[in-house]
Amino acid sequence: MSEQDLSQTLQAQVQAAYATGTALTIQGGNSKTWYGNPTQGAALSLAEHSGILNYEPSELVITARAGTRLTELETALAAEHQCLAFEPPHFGTTATLGGTIACNFSGSARPYLGAARDFVLGCKLINGQGEILQFGGQVMKNVAGYDVSRLMAGALGTLGVLLEVSLRVLPKPETELTLVKELSANAAIQQANAYVRLALPMSGFAQLDGQAYLRLAGTAGAVQQARATIGGELLPDGASFWLNLREQQLAFFQSQQNLWRLSVPADTPVLELNGQTLYDWGGAQRWLFSDLEAADIRAAVTNIGGHATLFRQAAQQAQATESRFQPLAAELLRYHRQLKQAFDPKGIFNPNRLYLGL
Amino acid sequence: MPAPNFNPDREQLLSALQAIRPKPLILTKPEELKPYECDGLSAYRKLPLVVVLPETLEQVQAILKICSAQKVPVVARGAGTGLSGGALPHEQGVLLSLAKFTKVLDINPERRTATVQPGVRNLAITQAVEHLGLYYAPDPSSQIACTIGGNVAENSGGVHCLKYGLTVHNILQIKLITIEGELLTIGSHSLDAPGYDLLALMTGSEGMLGVIVEVTVKLLPKPERVQVLLAAFDEVIKAGAAVGAIISAGIIPAGLEMMDGPAIQAAEDFAHAGYPTDAAAILLCELDGTNAEVSEQLMRVHDILLNSAATEVRTAKDAQERATFWKGRKSAFPAVGRISPDYYCMDGTIPRKHLPQVLQSINEFSKEFELAVANVFHAGDGNLHPLILFDANQPGQLERAEAFGGKILELCVAVGGTITGEHGVGMEKINQMCAQFNSLELTQFHAVKAAFDPEGLLNPGKAVPTLQRCAEFGAMHVHQGQLPHADLERF
Repeated sequence: MSEQDLSQTLQAQVQAAYATGTALTIQGGNSKTWYGNPTQGAALSLAEHSGILNYEPSELVITARAGTRLTELETALAAEHQCLAFEPPHFGTTATLGGTIACNFSGSARPYLGAARDFVLGCKLINGQGEILQFGGQVMKNVAGYDVSRLMAGALGTLGVLLEVSLRVLPKPETELTLVKELSANAAIQQANAYVRLALPMSGFAQLDGQAYLRLAGTAGAVQQARATIGGELLPDGASFWLNLREQQLAFFQSQQNLWRLSVPADTPVLELNGQTLYDWGGAQRWLFSDLEAADIRAAVTNIGGHATLFRQAAQQAQATESRFQPLAAELLRYHRQLKQAFDPKGIFNPNRLYLGL
Repeated sequence: MPAPNFNPDREQLLSALQAIRPKPLILTKPEELKPYECDGLSAYRKLPLVVVLPETLEQVQAILKICSAQKVPVVARGAGTGLSGGALPHEQGVLLSLAKFTKVLDINPERRTATVQPGVRNLAITQAVEHLGLYYAPDPSSQIACTIGGNVAENSGGVHCLKYGLTVHNILQIKLITIEGELLTIGSHSLDAPGYDLLALMTGSEGMLGVIVEVTVKLLPKPERVQVLLAAFDEVIKAGAAVGAIISAGIIPAGLEMMDGPAIQAAEDFAHAGYPTDAAAILLCELDGTNAEVSEQLMRVHDILLNSAATEVRTAKDAQERATFWKGRKSAFPAVGRISPDYYCMDGTIPRKHLPQVLQSINEFSKEFELAVANVFHAGDGNLHPLILFDANQPGQLERAEAFGGKILELCVAVGGTITGEHGVGMEKINQMCAQFNSLELTQFHAVKAAFDPEGLLNPGKAVPTLQRCAEFGAMHVHQGQLPHADLERF
């Protein structure tokens, strides 16, 4: 686990690229290069810009350089019985903090504890003119200036190169267990919503092949009280189920079709789309393997207030000509472009990776 | 980037506004404008050229298009309870009141969301959904009066944000009208939306980027049980250590508040909450959750408090005693207003570990400036509200209070904190922004602003200082205990 500060080198590289208008492809651990639209540019590697800078468990905050591996962060937190409550998927052993925030990836606890962006407290970044800037901080409450730090979450590096990120961390739940029940997808979605209204200590609700998987997390008493309400069978190795779901290692994910991520309102019933679906986030996030056209899938989800992302493209398919991400309304796209211009006036960071022209 | 000068033609502006159909309510007489001259920070007062109170989105769009075409500044206003002068009118501009947008548009119990107009009061959301066993979590102290549009604009917090987050964590979607009159839908009714996280950018943007005209909030189920502990300490430092010990034990209380000796004394005299007035500090710790969870955590927190050398630990017997425990804390501001002709309220946030050092420095500043200070804190998240006591009628005291406050905020920044945890920058802390951000960062903020409002017409002069401005100074100044909206709880 290397620890070094490459800020100056990285800044010099960005300044040179700005001077010549050269596109840069920002890289961390290269664990998620398949995500988003194709982009081309000289590599700007953050992998060696790593190290935990500040971690004080009683403050519930950790600050680390963007190239710090997620595994290193999680090990440090686990030693203090704390965790990243948004359970970021790694998709490879080399996943870094910077890439995790740039993708805004969150695991099964997301509907109950929040997304990656909800835990971002501050960041240091290089903007498109090669300036090093710092926003937010290491405290929970901070309303000084625009919330640039959270804006970086999910921007896929198109607005700036993350150098450091401060995240809020939470205590690990004292007890965790997984219950399995036979439930159809529609029944599971209804039950997931009903259980939230009962204020049960849930931290995961998935449905696959006629089985609902419920994860409870909290104090021992709270979990036992909830278990009595829910019923179902105890899944002996529940933790591996959630890990394999998070890392897309369940047998379900072994398909050769396009993998779509559907993000829909929590109470959306089963959508009649050809393919195989796994329901996560209590039904609010759905993994769909399907050969359907993008337009058909997107029409089905936009109708009900959701959106669809072509998460992984099937290997044998030609590169898609349209965006992996749901197209934006014209007026929103205009403000996206103007915001891009404000951070990266020459468009050197990860061009097109999020949307064409960004 | 210099501050732009605005010089609109008043008659031309009024005739364009009068021509909007259906015609919105337009106020122009000085006596009609007067109620809008300030928000909760009454030290700053200005009359706008005109106040407009539209009732429909189309009217808001028409007003903004007129202002955009005629280059007229626009200041949006909700209930006007803000404490940083964010809704202070512009003398050459339109004061756009959203007060008529008071409809709850939709409640969806299955999704646990409510969609409301911006003028709906924070507490009214909870009142509209409590029959469903749901509530809206962020609870700024002014929640009885403040509106959701203003909450989004300020990213309001409250006593319970340690566990439940700020406004940004509790909303799903907003509709916003740009200065050009375009209606944008930002966020979605799903848990995320494609593209940049504009919802986060807009939350807390203090009316600088657009006018919020609709908000969809997340609702939470009411916890099965709530319990409150009160602990007394003979040294402030021990109370600070107890806060760290509770969090280190893996417990996130719903609320964790601290008051020091002068604040306890003032609150007790005012509210008769039964506080131990000989204590140097008290902690209030609220736990919520399922019955089993609260029982377990209650025992643990009780032990932690005793092990942290609390001289006394009380557990509220019932809902009534719980309310009494809170009453003293929630009336701390008016209580201090009673013992001092004037006070100046700060809003810095620090990493909690620096609490002893910062408190000690505040005490030293207190001696240096010869002004007393009472401290109330959202201790769990490090948000300090030191109240500097002074008398504006005594020559030099106001200046000393302002200098004292400035030193506290600079200290907050120096230990890795921030100048404002929840009240916003507005007009009040515009100068301290220069201590927190360097000129490159401020320039980046201006570029973000220009992406949405290239002419700088929305709320000019607030939130982000021009580089030239970075030398002046502002203050929240409460005279003779006359806090604006004195009937509201402040904590």
